[in-house]
Amino acid sequence: MFEYMGDRLSKAIKNIRGLGKITEDNINDAMKEIRLALLEADVNYMVVKEFVASVKEKALGMEVEKSLKPDEVFIKIVKDELVSLLGGDYVPLDTKENFEVIMLCGLQGSGKTTTAGKLANLLRKKYNRKPLLIAGDIYRPAAIKQLEDIATSLNIPVFKEDKKNVLEIVNDGISYAKDNNLDYVIVDTAGRLQIDEKLMEELKEIASNVKLNEIILVIDAMMGQDAINVITGFNDALNLTGCILTKMDGDTKGGVALSLRHLTNVPIKFVGDSEKMDGLSEFYPERMAERILDMGDILSIAEKVEGIVSEEEALEQAKKMKTGSFDLEDFLTTFKQIRKLGPLENIIKMLPQARSMGLNNISVDPKDMAHIEAIILSMTPYERRHPEVLKATRKQRIAKGSGRSVEEVNRLLKQFEMMKSMMKNISNGKMKMPF
Amino acid sequence: MGLFNKLKNLVSKKEEVQDKKEQEEIKNYEQGLKKTREEFVSKLNILGIKYTKVSEEYFEELENILIMADIGVNTVMKFMDKLRDRVKHENIKDTAYLKEVIVDELLVIYVEGESLSDKIKMNENGPTVILMVGVNGVGKTTTIAKLAHKYGEEGKKVMLIAGDTFRAGAVNQLEIWAKRTNSLFYGKEGSDPASVVYDGLVEAKEKNVDIVLIDTAGRLQNKVNLMKELEKINKVISTHIEGAPQETLLVIDAATGQNGIMQAKAFKEITNITGIVLTKLDGTAKGGIVLAIKEEVNLPVKFIGLGEKMTDLKPFDIENYIYGLFKDMV
Ligand SMILES: Nc1nc2c(ncn2[C@@H]2O[C@H](COP(=O)(O)OP(=O)(O)OP(=O)(O)O)[C@@H](O)[C@H]2O)c(=O)[nH]1
Ligand SMILES: [Mg+2]
Repeated sequence: MFEYMGDRLSKAIKNIRGLGKITEDNINDAMKEIRLALLEADVNYMVVKEFVASVKEKALGMEVEKSLKPDEVFIKIVKDELVSLLGGDYVPLDTKENFEVIMLCGLQGSGKTTTAGKLANLLRKKYNRKPLLIAGDIYRPAAIKQLEDIATSLNIPVFKEDKKNVLEIVNDGISYAKDNNLDYVIVDTAGRLQIDEKLMEELKEIASNVKLNEIILVIDAMMGQDAINVITGFNDALNLTGCILTKMDGDTKGGVALSLRHLTNVPIKFVGDSEKMDGLSEFYPERMAERILDMGDILSIAEKVEGIVSEEEALEQAKKMKTGSFDLEDFLTTFKQIRKLGPLENIIKMLPQARSMGLNNISVDPKDMAHIEAIILSMTPYERRHPEVLKATRKQRIAKGSGRSVEEVNRLLKQFEMMKSMMKNISNGKMKMPF
Repeated sequence: MGLFNKLKNLVSKKEEVQDKKEQEEIKNYEQGLKKTREEFVSKLNILGIKYTKVSEEYFEELENILIMADIGVNTVMKFMDKLRDRVKHENIKDTAYLKEVIVDELLVIYVEGESLSDKIKMNENGPTVILMVGVNGVGKTTTIAKLAHKYGEEGKKVMLIAGDTFRAGAVNQLEIWAKRTNSLFYGKEGSDPASVVYDGLVEAKEKNVDIVLIDTAGRLQNKVNLMKELEKINKVISTHIEGAPQETLLVIDAATGQNGIMQAKAFKEITNITGIVLTKLDGTAKGGIVLAIKEEVNLPVKFIGLGEKMTDLKPFDIENYIYGLFKDMV
């Protein structure tokens, strides 16, 4: 299991391996590493302290059954604790009523406006609702224009008004929605500091005069220790119903999620994971825990792969990988399947050991993918089955046929060889494969 | 304690400053950092009262305080080791004295290494180009507005180029700031950022602009395509104007956690980052990650943002920063 964990952490945990019982002495190093891992993930200092203490308590004295390895038991305790903390009291987005209003709030630059667009998109797509966006950020230059542009691209209506009072705008917007048969109102608000009394008052006024089904804090996953001040500040003032963690497509761990859950009962409803309008995913505590602990997000890939690759196909390919008879023809098939999975970097990032192989920051240009496909398609079926025959003249022909350079052809062949040997390792059990 | 005495002198000198403007500046700076400082120092002071003798608990709490300021886990751990070493070697027992050592060592983190100039480099022949980069939402566009205001006040002819052609409303946002700061503006929605930058620079040269401020789209540093795009923009600038961009400023939100180090590393790899702008210091976040960035990536902070108005920019000054953080403690 912990082959996939952060290097340091897995090293510390290895020491527990082979011991019959978990004692204070033999988990001390591991506890230290877990503490550091959490701090490096930006989990709040106090939260880390309590978390570590509670894991220790649970782990200590726990009799390890003969059949289980103590290191596995230990890491399970850590993970379970994280998951239960991250997942408890989950309440999905309110979509039960016939007419609903949701208000987004948060610091400057946390991603409220983009998230408003994504939510509208999701509500329409998944819940069949008719959303209206209300432009409540009357301060930042071009904030309304930003929302309008997003709405136009989605073909979703926006309500804006040239007024100085945001509460009035919201009320007018709600009437507008009702008059126009729209049934889910999303209020975008200006970014503000939780210590800005005047601006916090503005939100409180809306909250106490408008029937809001949801008040959602939009928070940047890259936030550091100050997150607790922000979370408690907004929650104390507004009684949040949920939170959306943005910019999770970055390489931040997002320990703020843990701080949020530990300090409040506010559930994390979604995570933002791209700048595009479909970049809003449901929150999975399990995956978040693995991300924080630096474990591969295998579950997610497995899920994505399902439904795209048929079982027979998968079995067939697995067999080929094992026997080493995987050729460029198979590569092309796999490649096409992978393309259907969406941005490749998201998939690779989730692979176990991606980090130690230096692949966690990889990014794949869709254009490159098209080029690879073009190159393979320019080969004869025989060449695809026997890439070893590809010498200079053939390569030149392929390059010409695909409109790429010979270097690119070479690079592809090299990558293919690498992939092949990687697969051999996987089937030899040196590395585990999620599917 | 040479460094510490120097610091003390600096601090007391600051109190004697006669220059009205400078005094005003320090006051603003202080106000912006007041919350930061109060919290940090009150914690250190409580620590001093709670522990008159140096003990393991003292160290633990100190570590806590430093981590809470987002100084960076590695930096803090190294710092703590160093401190423990000094305590042992110099046989320090008194926490009041140790506090001085702490300030001393914290300063060392920032000052050590080849210190890059904290001044903005100007182009003697032709426009000075300043490129603004960073992840999404940190305050790049607003910082451009603030710089435009500053240079405009200094009588310079300023032009803003809207290199963010991606985010909805971004071109408009910059255009509004150009109007408010009486700057020239070049932008074209929806086209390739590198070509917008190129055309903008041509116009800047034609119009004999002194300072060109180039906005770019926010990008997460792990997105290779977007980083490549930035590389291209950078290349267009340097081939078009010799020695440009004179400055490439990486904007970092004070609330940023450990990821700030990765941001600094990645952006430095792609462009020649000459400094950091630390924004949103008017909030409760401490921006301590800049200490780790200085230590690990050796990038100095050049400006700080203390609000959303175009006047809310101050040059960064480590003396002032430390002064703000530790005034009450010293
Ligand atoms: N409180 C505070 N807010 C700031 C500061 N600097 C910028 N902001 C606000 O932060 C928000 C985002 O600022 P922008 O300048 O649009 O940020 P950006 O980096 O250009 O954002 P993108 O272009 O979307 O990546 C705006 O609401 C600004 O008003 C600051 O120093 N303090
Ligand atoms: Mg911008």
